[in-house]
Amino acid sequence: MGRTLAEKVWEQHVVRRAEGEPDLLYIDLHLVHEVTSPQAFDGLRLAGRPVRRPDLTIATEDHNVPTVLGPISDPVSRTQVETLRKNAAEFGIRLHPMGDAGQGVVHIIGPQFGLTQPGMTIVCGDSHTSTHGAFGGIAFGIGTSEVEHVLATQTLPAYRPKMMAIEVAGELPVGVTAKDLILAIIAKIGTGGGQGHIVEYRGEAIRRLSMEGRMTVCNMSIEAGARAGMIAPDETTFEYLRGRPHAPTGAAWDQAVEYWKTLRTDDDAVFDKVVEIDASTLTPFVTWGTNPGQGAPLGSAVPSPEDFADPVERAAAERALEYMGLAAGTRLREIEVDTVFVGSCTNGRLEDLRAAAEILRGRQVVTRTLMVPGSMQVKKAAEEEGLHEVFKEAGAEWREAGCSMCLGMNPDTLKPGERSASTSNRNFEGRQGKGGRTHLVSPAVAAATAVTGRLTAPADL
Amino acid sequence: MEAFTTHTGRAVPLRRSNVDTDQIIPAVWLKQVSRTGFEKGLFSAWREDPSFVLNDPAYAGATILVSGPDFGTGSSREHAVWALQQYGFRAVIASRFGDIFRNNSTKMGLLPVVLPEDVVERLQTAVEADPATEVTVDLVERQVRFGDLAFSFEIDDYTRWRLMEGLDDIGLTLRHAADIEVYENGRQPWLPTTV
Repeated sequence: MGRTLAEKVWEQHVVRRAEGEPDLLYIDLHLVHEVTSPQAFDGLRLAGRPVRRPDLTIATEDHNVPTVLGPISDPVSRTQVETLRKNAAEFGIRLHPMGDAGQGVVHIIGPQFGLTQPGMTIVCGDSHTSTHGAFGGIAFGIGTSEVEHVLATQTLPAYRPKMMAIEVAGELPVGVTAKDLILAIIAKIGTGGGQGHIVEYRGEAIRRLSMEGRMTVCNMSIEAGARAGMIAPDETTFEYLRGRPHAPTGAAWDQAVEYWKTLRTDDDAVFDKVVEIDASTLTPFVTWGTNPGQGAPLGSAVPSPEDFADPVERAAAERALEYMGLAAGTRLREIEVDTVFVGSCTNGRLEDLRAAAEILRGRQVVTRTLMVPGSMQVKKAAEEEGLHEVFKEAGAEWREAGCSMCLGMNPDTLKPGERSASTSNRNFEGRQGKGGRTHLVSPAVAAATAVTGRLTAPADL
Repeated sequence: MEAFTTHTGRAVPLRRSNVDTDQIIPAVWLKQVSRTGFEKGLFSAWREDPSFVLNDPAYAGATILVSGPDFGTGSSREHAVWALQQYGFRAVIASRFGDIFRNNSTKMGLLPVVLPEDVVERLQTAVEADPATEVTVDLVERQVRFGDLAFSFEIDDYTRWRLMEGLDDIGLTLRHAADIEVYENGRQPWLPTTV
C-alpha cells in the first residue's frame, strides 16, 4: 500500500522503533524563543547536560518585544529576554535579538532564512510551529519539557499521529484568501476536528496558493486541533527556497530537489479521515465568537445559540455572545471595531502587507490601525516597496517586528471591552488583552475594516 | 516528574467546552523564568468572577478537574500544566483534550483522563449534587470510580508505565545515544544547519 506524505517524512526520521514504545524521532530544526525556553535551559544546567546540536537550533526574541523603538520597559519581560540572551551565549546558540536585521517572529524567520525545507522535522515551543509544514515537512509545537528534551537529545519520543486529508477543490474566488479558506475549514471541522491527526492540505486551490498563503493555512492547523498541517512541495516551494541563505546550492540543490519531488502522497495511500471543501463557493470569512471554530461568512449574521443542535456547542455560543457583547441576528458587517491589527505568524509576511496596502492606498483609516511586519526583513522589504508610506498616509501605525497584538504579552494590547479585527490566529477570551474582543479576519478584510470602522470586505468599499 | 499510581480526592465540575490554555493561564503570567508560582495565574480572569466554580468554598481543596470537551486547546504553554499542578490538581477528566496539552501533562505527571462525554456529564452531576463525593483516578487499573460506579479509560502502556514510575524522558532517551549517533551520521548531506 502507498504511503502519505506525512508517513514518508515520519519514517525518514525514526531513530529507534521498539514494540510498545513511541518512535524516537530525529528533529532537523529546533526554533527557540524567550517564553517557553528559560525553564528548559535551567533543566539542562541542573542535570549538567549540554545542547546536543546547537547547529540545528536557532533563537529569536518575539513574544515580549515592544513594536516601537526603545528598550523593554516591563522589567519582567526584560528579564525573560535577557535570560534568553544569557542562555544562547552559554549554550552556543545563534540568536537574533531585538534590533538585529534577522530578528522576527520565530515562524517568519525560519522560512525567510531558508532553514525551513521540505521533508524536515521542525519543532518549537510554540503551537504555531505548524506553519513550517507549508514546505512539506512535519512541524509541530511542543511544551517546555519537550524543548528541554530536544535541546538535550535532538530527538523526541512520539507516537505517529493519524492521517487526515483536507481536499480543497476548485479555485478561490477573487478577493477570497488563504485566511478565509482556513477559517472556513476550522468552522467546518471544529476546534477538535483535527485532534490526533496530521493534516495534509491537498487539491487545486492549495496548489494555486503562494508559499505565504500556504503558511497561513498550515499555521492555523492547530486551531482545528491538528498536531501539524502540511502541503506537498512543488515548483512554488522550490522557487521560494532557491537562493535563500540556508538553501542548498550547486549539486546539493539538484540532489535535494530530486528528493523533495518524491515527497508526495502516493496515489494508493489511505487517509484515516478525509474532508472535502469546494474553494469556489467561499467568500470572506470572519469569526464572531471566542474560539476559531466560531466563524461565518462576512455576508451572514451572528448566529443564535438555538441554531446549534449540540448542547455543548449551544452553551459555548451563548457564552461567546455574552463575552463578545453581540446579539444574535446582528449582521456581521454592522459590527464596529476600535482597533485593526495586521501582523503575526499567520499574516505578518510581505504578501499580507501588500494586500493591506492595496486597500489602504489613497484611503484613510478611522480606527487605531497597527501594521506590524513579522520580521525585520519583511519590514525592510515592505519599505523598499514604499508600503510604509501608504500605511502612514492612510493614518495607520507602522511598527517594528514582533508578535505584537496577537497574544497580549507585550505593550500592544486591547483594553477591556475594546473590539478588534485581527489577522492573528486566536479569538480566545482575553487573548489580545484582558476583556478584549477579537474578530479574526484576512489582511484584506482588516484593511477594509480600518477604512469603515465596521467589519468590511474590500469589495464593499 | 511526580509519579502517579492512584489518586482519590474531591472533584470540581467545570462546565465549559474549549477551555483553551489562554484561559488556564493568560499570557501575562508567562513572563516568569522560574517554574513556580503559576497557581496564582490559574484561570486568573475567570476567578475574578465570584460565581466561578473554583471560588465556591464547597470545592476548596479539590484535586480533580472535570471539564467539558476540548480542554487545553490552543497554545503549547506547559505553564498551563504547571499552574494546574501547583494549584493542587492531580488529574483532569474530559472527553477530549488538546494534543499538546495532553502531551505536556504526561511529561509532568498531571494525569489527563479521557472518558466519554456522557460519563463526564454524570460525574459533573454527581459532584454538583454532593461536592464531598470522593473520586478515585486509578492509573494501575485504568479506572475512574465514584459512588458505586466504575468507568474504564484508555491510556497506552508506555505512557502509563512512565507515569507510574515517574520517569524522566530525557534519561530514557539518552540510553539510546548510540542510535542517535548512527542516525545523525546518515542524515542527508544538504540538510541545513543554523551556523
